[in-house]
Amino acid sequence: MTITEKKSEISDKKIKILTGNHAAAHALRQVKVGVIAAYPITPQSPVVEKIAEFISEGKLKARFVKVESEHSALAVCCAASATGSRVGTATSSHGLMYMYELLPWASGNRLPIIINLATRATGAPWSVWTDHQDFITIRDVGWIQMFCMDNQEIYDTNIQAFKIAEDSRVFLPAIVAYDGYILSHTMMPVSIENQEDIDNFLPPLEHHYNLSDVSVVKGIDPVTTPHLRDRGSEGIAPGYFEYRYAMQKALENSIEIIMNVHDEFSEKFGRSYGNGIYKTYLTEDADVLIFAMGSVASQARNIISKLRKDGLKVGLVSLKLFRPFPALQLRKLFNDTKLVVVFDRDIGYGYEGVLSYELKAALYGLKQSPFIKGFIVGLGGRDVTDQHIIQGVTKAIKESEKGIISHETDFIGLKLENLGDYDEADYFKGG
Amino acid sequence: MVKLMEIPEEEFIYPGTRACAGCSMALIYRIALKALGPKTIITVPASCLTVLHGMQGFCTTKVSVLHTPFATTGASASGIVASLEDKGLANDVNVVAFAGDGGTVDIGIQSLSGAVERGTNFIYACYDNEAYMNTGVQRSGSTPLGAYSTTTPNGKTGYKKNMPKILEAHGIPYVATAISSYPLDLYEKFKNAMKINGPKYIHILAPCPPGWGYNPKDSIEIGRLAVQTGFWPLYEVIEGKFELSKDSSKYLDPQKRKPIIEYLNTQKRFKSISNEDIERHQSYIEDHWKQIQKRIENE
Repeated sequence: MTITEKKSEISDKKIKILTGNHAAAHALRQVKVGVIAAYPITPQSPVVEKIAEFISEGKLKARFVKVESEHSALAVCCAASATGSRVGTATSSHGLMYMYELLPWASGNRLPIIINLATRATGAPWSVWTDHQDFITIRDVGWIQMFCMDNQEIYDTNIQAFKIAEDSRVFLPAIVAYDGYILSHTMMPVSIENQEDIDNFLPPLEHHYNLSDVSVVKGIDPVTTPHLRDRGSEGIAPGYFEYRYAMQKALENSIEIIMNVHDEFSEKFGRSYGNGIYKTYLTEDADVLIFAMGSVASQARNIISKLRKDGLKVGLVSLKLFRPFPALQLRKLFNDTKLVVVFDRDIGYGYEGVLSYELKAALYGLKQSPFIKGFIVGLGGRDVTDQHIIQGVTKAIKESEKGIISHETDFIGLKLENLGDYDEADYFKGG
Repeated sequence: MVKLMEIPEEEFIYPGTRACAGCSMALIYRIALKALGPKTIITVPASCLTVLHGMQGFCTTKVSVLHTPFATTGASASGIVASLEDKGLANDVNVVAFAGDGGTVDIGIQSLSGAVERGTNFIYACYDNEAYMNTGVQRSGSTPLGAYSTTTPNGKTGYKKNMPKILEAHGIPYVATAISSYPLDLYEKFKNAMKINGPKYIHILAPCPPGWGYNPKDSIEIGRLAVQTGFWPLYEVIEGKFELSKDSSKYLDPQKRKPIIEYLNTQKRFKSISNEDIERHQSYIEDHWKQIQKRIENE
């Protein structure tokens, strides 16, 4: 037996230099998805290219259905999941929006499907660069939504996501998101764990549906009524209202399970991400807390030490779990905070940045509710710089001192002044 | 051809479904399930068949059914097949998509085209009642020329989409047409499709009493007229080889075909059809049969 063989028998754990997309692909390989259905879209495509490579090299025994659209991709995933297979896919932006019809179908059907989302702005006009609009836009469809800040976290969160989604108390689909290009195409060292350890952490799927067993006849998802259905000797069947109640309660109750799975993972593999739903950085003595997700939170973390040197006690809360929104935990966290500065790489168009108004709603009724100031940054891949974060924090401090409460959106990083004599009429048409 | 006595007595649809009186789709489904047998998984988009399947809490059939959004039938079948392959059960189970004409020729054509192009091993059955009947008789791409619908109050101006031909163009190993009025032929076509590995497509005309405007007792008779006038030729294309089915073979002779007006007159939806459109119907049929004649001669 050569040394290499011996090594691989004992441990196949290794550190690889991977892009975020390839970290996701490795996770899908190691959770041994049975069926993948995906359609290419920038910047997600390398995920499925890598999966195709794994399959052709015999490293993954999944069926890869190379569909003709994202709508079909998620439809294939739904049907394959209902037939009893472990299922995963990946997409971005327009792909996710093209899947929209199937998103509430998957959650309503309680199918533990995992989507990897390399975030990207939504058209029009076209943009292939990151912002969080695609991720935010699907907030009301009943999926668990998690955001990652580095490539190791993408790998780790995928493995946890399957365990969470397949928990019989949950049975819900989940999205694992990471910034397009900033993580999807950037290489970082990623620990790839022993297959055996992954297998022990994530047991085989025991699905509540298994159409493949033809001896058990099931009619999945026929029409429901507004009322209960008396089936005589077979008992009473729920109406639509009861199904949706159960789905909402499963989402609410999943927060604790998400935290527990994170803790179990962290104990086993030695890596943790805050409490599994948010991460804190220098929050203990902070007067000002920044609240953000993904690339924006990473950027803020970069500048905090500088702000502290300048005498501003700033800390960071980066949100990992966006849905279900962990309102209770955030109320406790922000209870003693005076000022929260929220940076949104998205807008609830016609209102505010979504993180900003979600946080405001979550903290409603606190005896000492913090002053919350939101900014819009980095749409369509516009760089979010240290300067932008400083500018936001400084402005927020000023406004909080004056007690100015406004729901008007405040953009940082616009370059309107550089447009010179650009015809405004054309500008507003976006042309 | 299969004999009547060879068709299994066992029913796979429980009595008391929500289908309309005289519904040909219910008859088609009944015959198809007898051919397919118990080791079958069905997937169904929004359609009249959803209505037949009734309300949550019951399964109307003795085989499992996965309901799926309107546009996704082909993809849904692909997902079931992929999962069965993942589990090593692909050879043990028939996967069958059952969709209406709107779900097939209009909103579902993309996912169907994708599924057959990928070589998915399944049967796709389109029961064609020639409009969106479940939503209240709106025109579809499969509504025939001159037919009234709630969205074509003056009659449809274009022809019916030739879906079997579109599927044939995908180069799949089995394409067939059928109709509820010839149940033995219909049964045999499902049996033939089951023998073949790869994508199979069966397009079945399904006369619809409320949508077409006739007495429910006449469903079989009207379906026969569709064949006897040559409006709906019954055929199979197996591995590219065209074969006219026995029940249609004598209508190769134009003299044997009844004039189309006899078919159109049975249905209120053609009540206001113009003489010009009746002629267009007739000449479309003549042209169609000339093509069939040519194919037979060439083979």
